[in-house]
Amino acid sequence: MEPILLKNINTPDSHKVDVYLKNNGYQALASALKMQPDGVIQMVKDSGLRGRGGAGFSTGLKWSFIPKDPTIPKYLCCNADEGEPGTFKDRVIIEKDPHQLIEGMIITCYAIGAKTAYIYIRGEFAFGTKRLEQAIKEAYEKGYLGKNILGSNFDCDIHIHRGFGAYICGEETALLESIEGLRGRPRIKPPFPAIAGLYAKPTVINNVETLSCISHIVNKGPKWFSSIGPEKSPGPKLFGVSGHVNKPGMYELPMGTTAREIIYNHAGGIRNGKKLKAFIPGGVSAPMLVEKDLDTPMDFDSLAAKGTMLGSGGIIVMDETACIVKVAMRTMAFFRHESCGKCTPCREGIDWTYKVLHRLEKGEGKEGDVELLEKLCGNIFGRTFCPLGDGAVMALRGALKNFRDEFVEHVKNKGCIV
Amino acid sequence: MLTDNTIENIKKALTKYPNKQSAAMDALRIVQEEAGYLTEDALLQVADMLDMPPPELNEVATFYTMYNKKPVGKHHIQVCTNVSCSLLGSEHIVEFLSRRLGIKKGETTLDKKFTLSEVECLGSCGTAPMMQINDDYYENLTDGKIEEILKGLK
Repeated sequence: MEPILLKNINTPDSHKVDVYLKNNGYQALASALKMQPDGVIQMVKDSGLRGRGGAGFSTGLKWSFIPKDPTIPKYLCCNADEGEPGTFKDRVIIEKDPHQLIEGMIITCYAIGAKTAYIYIRGEFAFGTKRLEQAIKEAYEKGYLGKNILGSNFDCDIHIHRGFGAYICGEETALLESIEGLRGRPRIKPPFPAIAGLYAKPTVINNVETLSCISHIVNKGPKWFSSIGPEKSPGPKLFGVSGHVNKPGMYELPMGTTAREIIYNHAGGIRNGKKLKAFIPGGVSAPMLVEKDLDTPMDFDSLAAKGTMLGSGGIIVMDETACIVKVAMRTMAFFRHESCGKCTPCREGIDWTYKVLHRLEKGEGKEGDVELLEKLCGNIFGRTFCPLGDGAVMALRGALKNFRDEFVEHVKNKGCIV
Repeated sequence: MLTDNTIENIKKALTKYPNKQSAAMDALRIVQEEAGYLTEDALLQVADMLDMPPPELNEVATFYTMYNKKPVGKHHIQVCTNVSCSLLGSEHIVEFLSRRLGIKKGETTLDKKFTLSEVECLGSCGTAPMMQINDDYYENLTDGKIEEILKGLK
């Protein structure tokens, strides 16, 4: 497949508007503004695009939930809080092709009737923020943002809101709280953001990669988009490969490409001639898989059928030297740090799992510790406001399911034998 | 006391939002960019500018990990030790820096030049191991590369 989202990233000055325009930039916006907003929504529905943030919900359907009443203000929020460990895809778009994102956002605003959009970008992405600020400035100067865009009577403003170190703000309702100047604590749903989101107004929250697909769908049509990859989750997908591979990096491939092809053909296989032990398919929340799962197509439904998830498409590869107990411990240390503290099962439960894993790793594990971990998982999963606790449990259960013996060995041998 | 420049920048941030409180995160960042960290006095002044009860602004300042509640070194070295970086030796990177700078993680050198921190995933997993120093990312780290980077920091 020819690159689509990444097609411009190797062009010199790909982040500048003049370069973007030379590559047919902002033509999709001109076309969309000649259509009815509902027509744009229908087009995105027909394309089959599903949210690239991890949940995989139909983007067009999400947009269609926004009330049509023109007297109610509406908002678009772009989720650029990329924080799921193992994920580094949105950063590439933000730094190398910010206009692709901005064009997608303006079209989305037009489709849902929003005049104001916020990009919620994680605070650590200082360079990406500068790139976005510059790109937004250029878009205003060229008349793609501001009042009466391209003579269409449509007005649109985009602002940047910088996060400042909180993974939970990638959860859409915590993200809204954060823009409102509060701690990033998730809200209970319903009401869903489409009805009462930012400032209690109808709001769409879409991921960077999702919004970056929009201009291509408008330019080339929904049929073209849906012809790429599997029928039920079509389109191009950014797969970031990290860990024990020869060529870690970002690969844009059709959704549904197998893990084997991504890891062995594109990422160059396992380093130093070693064997694969496990791989995490979509950021640390996604339960890990093993060698026998390599031929699984990397798409929402195929991975869900395997009990894991596509998530962000951030693939972490581990060779035979990796200690799964240590990986699990580091993962739970992360969730323990990032739990917002609102729900007791998440706040206390994850901390407890970390302490047990820590003593296993230190060689101080006790008889019954593995069972205790399993019990703790059951007392966290499904008992919290937002998916953070569930994500932590899914990750730990994935490790326990595939490598239970390794955990038991840690107890028996008083430490790691890998 | 907030400087005129800080106040001016906070006022600019206010124009992005329909209410004042939404500018809280920007305002705290602006204060930190100028002063290095957040003092109680600065928090009170910002709260006043945003018509927020001070404890509510303090909640924001303490929830988000990038706000410094105490002074940090001129160069804040933050090493990612999450899974992808850990698989490729981030523990060694932390130990190496710790030895080289003579401080443990969480500490600042006596000359106030360096602070060493361990942080969660910075979204740079394909170029692990990595660290961030102030705003800049340094990737595919080796001992030799770290030496070069440290030499370049005045």
